[in-house]
Amino acid sequence: MCTLEKRGNIFLLTLTGDNEHRFHPDAIATILSLLGQAKSQANRGSVLITTGHGKFFSNGFDLAWAQSSGSLAGAAERLHQMVESFKPVVAALLDLPMPTIAALNGHAAAAGLMLALSHDYVYMRRDRGVLYMSEVDIGLSMPDYFAAMIRSKIGTSAARREVLLSGKKIRGEEAVALGIVDSAAHDSAEGVVEATVGLAEKLAAKKWKGDVYASIRKSLYPELCEILGLKATIFATPKL
Amino acid sequence: MCTLEKRGRLFLLKLTGDGEHRLNPTLLDNIRSAITQIRSDPSSSQSVLITTSDGKFFSNGYDLALAASDPPLRAVMAAKLQSLVADLISLPMPTIAAVTGHASAAGFLLAMSHDYILMRRDRGFLYMSELDIELVLPAWFMSMIRMKVVSPAAKRDVALTAEKITADRGLEMGIVDSSHGSAGETVEAAVKLGEEIVRRGADGHVYGRMRETLLREVLHAIGSNESASNGVRNSGSKFWSSSWRTSTWSAFLLLPRCVGRSARF
Repeated sequence: MCTLEKRGNIFLLTLTGDNEHRFHPDAIATILSLLGQAKSQANRGSVLITTGHGKFFSNGFDLAWAQSSGSLAGAAERLHQMVESFKPVVAALLDLPMPTIAALNGHAAAAGLMLALSHDYVYMRRDRGVLYMSEVDIGLSMPDYFAAMIRSKIGTSAARREVLLSGKKIRGEEAVALGIVDSAAHDSAEGVVEATVGLAEKLAAKKWKGDVYASIRKSLYPELCEILGLKATIFATPKL
Repeated sequence: MCTLEKRGRLFLLKLTGDGEHRLNPTLLDNIRSAITQIRSDPSSSQSVLITTSDGKFFSNGYDLALAASDPPLRAVMAAKLQSLVADLISLPMPTIAAVTGHASAAGFLLAMSHDYILMRRDRGFLYMSELDIELVLPAWFMSMIRMKVVSPAAKRDVALTAEKITADRGLEMGIVDSSHGSAGETVEAAVKLGEEIVRRGADGHVYGRMRETLLREVLHAIGSNESASNGVRNSGSKFWSSSWRTSTWSAFLLLPRCVGRSARF
C-alpha cells in the first residue's frame, strides 16, 4: 500500500495501487513507519517526495471501514481512531529533518489533502485531479489539527472559505491562484513527479542541516505545532 | 556608524560607511540613541523616520565574528536588537526603510521593523540566511516574519528556501512596497513618501499605538525573551511585559570552536 525508495538524495514515498489510497489504520501505521525510516536515514541534502499511483493521491480516511463496524457508536469510534492516529503522520512530516514535496498524481480529499498540505511544497496536475474538503458535504466536523493546517497553509480568508465552506472541487489552476499549491503546470502524473524531482535536486544542492531545517519549519507554524505537541529545538551552531 | 539628519519634518537615519553595517553592540547603541533623540524632538508626533545606509549593504545582520570571539556578546546583541525593534514598533511616527543594499538575517529583520520597505531593484537582496548558516530563527524573528510576510508560500520561501529576494520579487511577495532604479532613487522616493505622509497630518502618538496593537504578537514574543542586558524600551506602552520569563527560544548559541566568516555574496 505504501513504499519508500531512495534515489540518490531523494526519498520517494509512494501510495501504491490503483485505488483511493484511503487511510485505514494499517495504511496510517505503514506511512508513519516509513516516515520514521526516512528520518533515521536522513542526511544533509536529503529531500522527501510523496506521490501516488493512479487517479487518487488520497481520498481521505477509510469511512467504509468505519461504517462497517455495524453501529453508529462503532463508526464514530473507528473514525475517531483514524483521526487520532493520523495526527502523528502530520507531526512526523512537520518534524522531518529535510524539505518535503507532495507530487499530487490525482485527487486529494479531506485527510488526503491534509497529507498534501503537510508538505513544504505542493505540486499538482493541471489537467486532472482536484483538491476537495468533503467534510461540509458529508456532514463531518473538522478535527482541530485539520483546521489549524488550513489556517497555517492557506493565507487568505477567501481561499479558506472556498476550501472549507464551499464544498468546491478545486482544480490545478484555481489551486495555484488561491495560493494552495505551488504549481499546476503539468498535464500528467509523470510531469508533476519530474518537476518535483527538479525542485528536490535544487533543494538538495543546498546541503542544509536537517534538524535546523525542521526547527525553522516548525517555528513557521506555532499554532499547528502546539496542537500536535511538537516543540522546536533550541540551539544551533552557526556556520560562519 | 550612524548619522541622524532632519529634513523638514523627516528624520533621516543613515548607517554610514562602506562596510556591512553589522549589528554589533556599538552600532545598536548608536541607532538606539538616535531613536531617543527623535522621540525627544518636539515635532516628533508629526514626523516620519527614514532609515537607510551607505554602500553595498543595508545590514548584513549580527556581528557573528565578534560573537565568536566573545560569546557573551551574542546575547547582548540579541537583547539590544530586540529593544531597538520594540522601540521602532512603538515609535510615534511612520517609519520607512529605504533599502539601498543587501539586508540579511537581523538586517532583513531591521528592514521589516519599518512600516514601509522601499528598495532598489538594480542590486541587492533581502535574505533570511539562517538556514544557510545553520542557525535556528529566534521566535521573535519568526513572529515578525509571520506578521510582515503574509502568504504561506512567501513565508516558506523566506524562512525555508532561504531565498535571496530581489526588490521586484519582494514586491510580488508583498514584502516590498515599491522598487526603484537606484540607491539614490530609492531614498528620493522614501523622502517623497515621507512628505506625503506628513501632509496627511495623522497624530504620531495614535499611529504608534495602532502599530503596537497591530504588531502585538511581535512585542509579546520580544517581551517573553530573557534579556542579558538592560533592554527596557523608552515608551510606557501597556503591551510591554515588565517581567522577563526564561526564554524557550534562544537567539543563537555558539560553541567556542566556531570559525568566523562573514556571509558570502
